[in-house]
Amino acid sequence: MARIVGIDLGTTNSLVAYMDMGTPRVIAGRNERNMVPSVVAMTDNGLIVGDPAKEHLTRNPARTVYSVKRFMGKSLEDVQGELTYFPYTLTEQGGVIRFKLGEKTYSPPQISAMILKELKLRAETHLGESITKAVITVPAYFNDSQRQATKDAGMIAGLEVLRIINEPTAASLAYGLQEKTQGTIAVYDLGGGTFDFSILKLKNGIFEVLATNGDTHLGGDDFDRLIADLLIKEVRERHGLDLHAYPDHMQAVRLEAERTKIRLSDVPKTMATLDLPDGKGRFTRELTRDQLESLTMGLIERTLAPCRNALKDAELTPDRIDEVVLVGGSTRMPLVRQRVQELFGKTPHCELNPDEVVALGAAVQADILSGGTTDMLLLDVTPLSLGIETMGGVMSSVIRRNTTIPASAKEMFTTYVDGQTGVDIHILQGERELAKDNRSLARFRLKVPPLPAGVPRIEVTFLIDANGILNVLAKDMRTGQSQSIEVKPSYGLSDSEVEHMIEDSFKFAADDVSARKLIEARLDADALITTTEKSLLEGGHLIASDHIAATRAALVALTAAKDGTDPRAIRARMADLEQAAQLLTVTLLNDSLTKGLQGKKVSEVM
Amino acid sequence: MARSMCWHCQSEISGEYFCDRCVKVQPVSKELDYFTCMGFPRRLMIDQHQLETKFYELSRAFHPDFYQNKSAAEQTISLGNSAMLNTAYRTLRDPIERAEYLLDLEAGSVKQIRNSPPADLFEEILELQDTLNEYRAAERTSGTESTLRTKLQSERSTLERRQHDMEAALQQLFVQWDALQDREEATDQARAERNRILKQMRESLSNRTYVKNIVNDLISTIG
Repeated sequence: MARIVGIDLGTTNSLVAYMDMGTPRVIAGRNERNMVPSVVAMTDNGLIVGDPAKEHLTRNPARTVYSVKRFMGKSLEDVQGELTYFPYTLTEQGGVIRFKLGEKTYSPPQISAMILKELKLRAETHLGESITKAVITVPAYFNDSQRQATKDAGMIAGLEVLRIINEPTAASLAYGLQEKTQGTIAVYDLGGGTFDFSILKLKNGIFEVLATNGDTHLGGDDFDRLIADLLIKEVRERHGLDLHAYPDHMQAVRLEAERTKIRLSDVPKTMATLDLPDGKGRFTRELTRDQLESLTMGLIERTLAPCRNALKDAELTPDRIDEVVLVGGSTRMPLVRQRVQELFGKTPHCELNPDEVVALGAAVQADILSGGTTDMLLLDVTPLSLGIETMGGVMSSVIRRNTTIPASAKEMFTTYVDGQTGVDIHILQGERELAKDNRSLARFRLKVPPLPAGVPRIEVTFLIDANGILNVLAKDMRTGQSQSIEVKPSYGLSDSEVEHMIEDSFKFAADDVSARKLIEARLDADALITTTEKSLLEGGHLIASDHIAATRAALVALTAAKDGTDPRAIRARMADLEQAAQLLTVTLLNDSLTKGLQGKKVSEVM
Repeated sequence: MARSMCWHCQSEISGEYFCDRCVKVQPVSKELDYFTCMGFPRRLMIDQHQLETKFYELSRAFHPDFYQNKSAAEQTISLGNSAMLNTAYRTLRDPIERAEYLLDLEAGSVKQIRNSPPADLFEEILELQDTLNEYRAAERTSGTESTLRTKLQSERSTLERRQHDMEAALQQLFVQWDALQDREEATDQARAERNRILKQMRESLSNRTYVKNIVNDLISTIG
């Protein structure tokens, strides 16, 4: 079976890992960094991703997307409250958010696909083989729409997503592999944009999730925002400047806030520094860890409620938890560790790098799926209750939260009016009483044969698969016939839209690769032309004139090829020129060595 | 397990969930009850440890993770079997759900939650509802509020004791049921005994659910 990689598609950073002879490993990029910043920038030369894109955050904020994960599976209305924080333009089309970057618009799955492609390329370069299959992690508390959007992103990137797996459970796999732990463990996962808390029972290689809870809108981003708001306020007070009018400076503030927060995990106080717009100089301010903690205490407290809820659902008290594991970059904050320690009365584990442990776990799950690891099995749960809207706008629960997946439930439907030919079904996800307070997943119309009221009997099966994604099947109990159901997602791309995006993506991928090759060839050609001309100037008098003529001819040919659009032709003329100029190059080298040696004793040279 | 044909090689199957000949996974029959599915007799006292061991064992046999390289047909069976196994385990793991399920199998649906209090609790419950309403209407941090709160808290422990007693009584019925089944008698007396236990169990289960809902309501009101 082809290799399957594990991908942590994070709010702030993303990683790709694979199983190397029984040990999961993160794949580093050419810059030797393991993390790819989850940033995509639209530049004049095309789209760029990761570290180079991060530089565009302050240079070109309106066309640089970060934290795209916050928008996955969301409508514009869902994120209305925080739109002012983002410098890019958002629109909505068919219930799905679109980022406006230059002339074109992109859905969140398309932006995420660009990050995934970068990771795919990274894995392909490292492993020297084509990668088409992946396990991708999502926050455990992601709903159906958000999971589906992640799967779509994988497809658009040319990856078959064999499994969507929950981040805290992935982390537990990485820990379980390492420690061979048994007992009840809790995973506290505070990332860049999301918070998850899961309780698992580990026994003989089975990882059984007992309960999970979380907040998909709580993470490091929110901490940074509080610091940034403080700095913005003080700049206004001290300099009378409203930084909101300068999108590039707003990004600089956000990035400085993040750096300040990170530094304060190691030192008790640090300086936050900002360059002010319009040549107003520089703003500096000392920030202490105590100040940071009183600023962010409320956010940290907010993580404790999901912990308590999960404990309640698992019918456990904190003292019954054997081990607590910390995951996610934000758990580096000392106050987070302290509060977790206080809640459970034990020192939490953080032996594995909290930035990498999720990707490592994804690689373990990938290995399980490819048949490599057979002694471990993850039994996960659905984080939210699934239900249908009933008379009076009330949600009737069909599959309860924390039910082990795959999970299925059947409901029987009939008609209320003679000759009625359809029954409308509205599927919801959430814990609230009223339908309108829960997440609308999909609506569909069940086809019913025209019969007297109450006679038709249509059995609908709701099946949540191992990815936590819903599938719906309907069967007419009178005829035994199954009917396929076109479920129109309330906040997602339709199948045809995804297909279209996949096509686009391949088209652009081909364009992108050839464009990149051409640019690289031209740059290399320029460099060669410059050095050759310099050599001719310096050493032209040292070699025979026919060599000089041949070199000049090759130079002209390369310059002509460089104006063309065929990177292979450029490479061929470059080889010709190198060949023609070889004598010149060697002669010059010898000449410089001789000159260098003149007037030196043998002992100095040796 | 009833003898049937393998969906793949059409040979007769005598094993549990896998064909002896072609080793393909077989769909768990929809007629199979959860007890049989998990390899337990229809008893109400179940060894939790054994149940969990069986659940893990069957999870390893059915889980979709282990069918990635198999045919689409086998993947579909794996998904269906896993979902069924998870439901079976969840139902049998909880003593109350287990008893309700058994009643359902033996005597038809019982999941009728009563909407009026059981006779012996009637007055107590009515009074409690009044107190709850008064409490909800009372001003926060007022003296009345704290008096009512104390009253509700003592009411809560009374009801929780009642719930506990009911569960103990149910436990007795479970033991009686299992003993009756173990005797495997086909006499009229045994049949009468069976009906008596089922009837009492139905009554106790519905009373207990009623009280439990009241307790939950109470807890969510007074926090």
